Amino acid sequence: MTTEVLKAPLVVEFPFTRSLGPVQSAFLTGLREQVVLGVRATDGRVLVPPVEYDPVTADEIRDLVQVAPTGTVTTWAWNPAPRRDQPLDTPFAWVLVRLDGADTALLHALDAPGPDAVHTGMRVRVRWAAQRSGAITDIACFEPYDSDAEARPADHDGQFDDMVTGIVAPARLDYTYSPGRAQTAYINALAGQRIVGERCPSCRKVYVPPRGACPTCGVGTAEQVEVGPGGTVTTYCIVNIKARNLDIEVPYVYGHIALDGADLALHGRIGGIPYDQVRMGLRVEPVWTEGGCYPDHYRPTGEPDADYETFKELL
Amino acid sequence: MTRDIAVVAFAQTDHRRTSEELSEVEMLMPVLHEVLDRTGLKTSDIGFTCSGSSDYLAGRAFSFTLALDGVGAWPPISESHVEMDGAWALYEAWTKLLTGDADTALVYSYGKSSPGPVRDVLTRQLDPYYVAPLWPDSVALAALQAQALIDEGYTDEPALAAVAARSRADAQGNSHAQLRGSVPHGDYVVHPLRTGDCPPIGDGAAAVILAAGDRARELCERPAWIRGIDHRIEAHSLGVRELTDSPSTRLAAEKAGAFERPVDTAELHAPFTSQEVVLRKALRLGDDVRVNPSGGALAANPIMAAGLVRIGEAAARIHRGESDRALAHATSGPCLQQNLVAVLEGEPRHVQ
Repeated sequence: MTTEVLKAPLVVEFPFTRSLGPVQSAFLTGLREQVVLGVRATDGRVLVPPVEYDPVTADEIRDLVQVAPTGTVTTWAWNPAPRRDQPLDTPFAWVLVRLDGADTALLHALDAPGPDAVHTGMRVRVRWAAQRSGAITDIACFEPYDSDAEARPADHDGQFDDMVTGIVAPARLDYTYSPGRAQTAYINALAGQRIVGERCPSCRKVYVPPRGACPTCGVGTAEQVEVGPGGTVTTYCIVNIKARNLDIEVPYVYGHIALDGADLALHGRIGGIPYDQVRMGLRVEPVWTEGGCYPDHYRPTGEPDADYETFKELL
Repeated sequence: MTRDIAVVAFAQTDHRRTSEELSEVEMLMPVLHEVLDRTGLKTSDIGFTCSGSSDYLAGRAFSFTLALDGVGAWPPISESHVEMDGAWALYEAWTKLLTGDADTALVYSYGKSSPGPVRDVLTRQLDPYYVAPLWPDSVALAALQAQALIDEGYTDEPALAAVAARSRADAQGNSHAQLRGSVPHGDYVVHPLRTGDCPPIGDGAAAVILAAGDRARELCERPAWIRGIDHRIEAHSLGVRELTDSPSTRLAAEKAGAFERPVDTAELHAPFTSQEVVLRKALRLGDDVRVNPSGGALAANPIMAAGLVRIGEAAARIHRGESDRALAHATSGPCLQQNLVAVLEGEPRHVQ
């Protein structure tokens, strides 16, 4: 019998906070002020966007210059279907633009009516974002601009009022997570308040939760084995600091529990007993809450403690 | 004196659009068993294990640790991981064997692209200050390179279509490939690249075994001796690079000894048709060199494994006696940012 493998949306979202070095700080603050800065490399070339270390010699470079907000497309690619978070939500061209006064090109978007309106060598200018914060997105995009190339870079000290020293770069990726065959079986069993492991065909150990492989033998596991519900506390710790968003009173006990029939201990909170009376060998059983999809905690069964010899291999 | 090290076995999964019914380790394990079976080695015989994968594909931190269940990592083994294509894991294993610390190594890599939007996922490897906030996807960046090649007269759209057609036709002979036979060139994904110019998105895994000196001869009838490997990287900023060329590939090839004598086969990791144009030029490959007889990355591109597959395919051709001297290339990053070149040779065959 094959069961449907579980899957569910998994969103990974993070606001990366990044600090800037002196050159990046000047460049991004400059964008906020509608000024485009480059840096002079060891060989005299002007790099835009600027970097802090020379791409050829790796020397630290800080000699800033101001370049024009106009430039020339050095290559392009028409994007008929913009993706989330890209600069424009209507079809646009990705472009590398060599700004007037620069020797290298900047990647950005070009707002144009269609691919026939774009070509390498075309002249463009910056369209500034209405709201600017000191980020590459302060350039909303480029737009076609019929003009001759302007002059040479002018020296700039890179200083502005209220320098931007960091950026927050939010990122979000949407996945459809599937835990695979073995963990699907485990999760499905939990929904029925049962705990299942898988037995290794080679060493006969029962792994819980099962991951479809025996980490000792490196072979696949498939034979399902129901374990518990009783188990033995093999080791534990007393938690004295309350975690944020956790409404469990401290101190509480967190333990390793070897369920009967399992060759690997699970971990879980131990309740129903004063924290200072938990001990190795204590016999416990899972407590499920209504609708819970895993044991809320484990409580003493009242049986006599397990002998150390019976669980020492599971420590 | 350095030791001779060879690829003695190679295995790969069938590469598929999705393998959602399997966890990473479940997908990987048959490949690990197959590669071990080819040599008769057990996991406990392996001196060093090295893997390549990416957390961003899985959407989970330290995802590679779960795959370790597949190699029998208890009792503790000598193991390492690179957050890169498995070709770079092979490089690490090769250096480990060169030091004499181990005589055999297992190298594996895997990628499940199916859970996430891989075009967007790959944007997270870009410069986080100036580029990643714009979310330029992997096809868009390859398309900028393709347009630069077209503008310079190095190729045109019909020539790119021919690269795609040749690759998928060659993949007819590769039962593991995901896209085989006649594949429509399709509509533009990002102009000038059409669907046919882009690699399939898929899941897959690969594994090779390396062995040193006499151990290699014991394990394989015709080992694929690694005559040299080198890897180089381009400047970080796309606008600083000459996109129509790949100096890093050329330098890596030179340092790996690729230009000392002609090769008869080249397995190039060129996920986009236009990138094959760049690589052929950088590697000075003539028309007499058999390029990507496996179908290459246009036929199957399991992210993080496709480069290792190139080394494996090149080695397997030597094992089978179909090649005497082969070049294998792997890439990582946008527009061929990082490039690895390995040169593999079989010993001369006796005339029957």
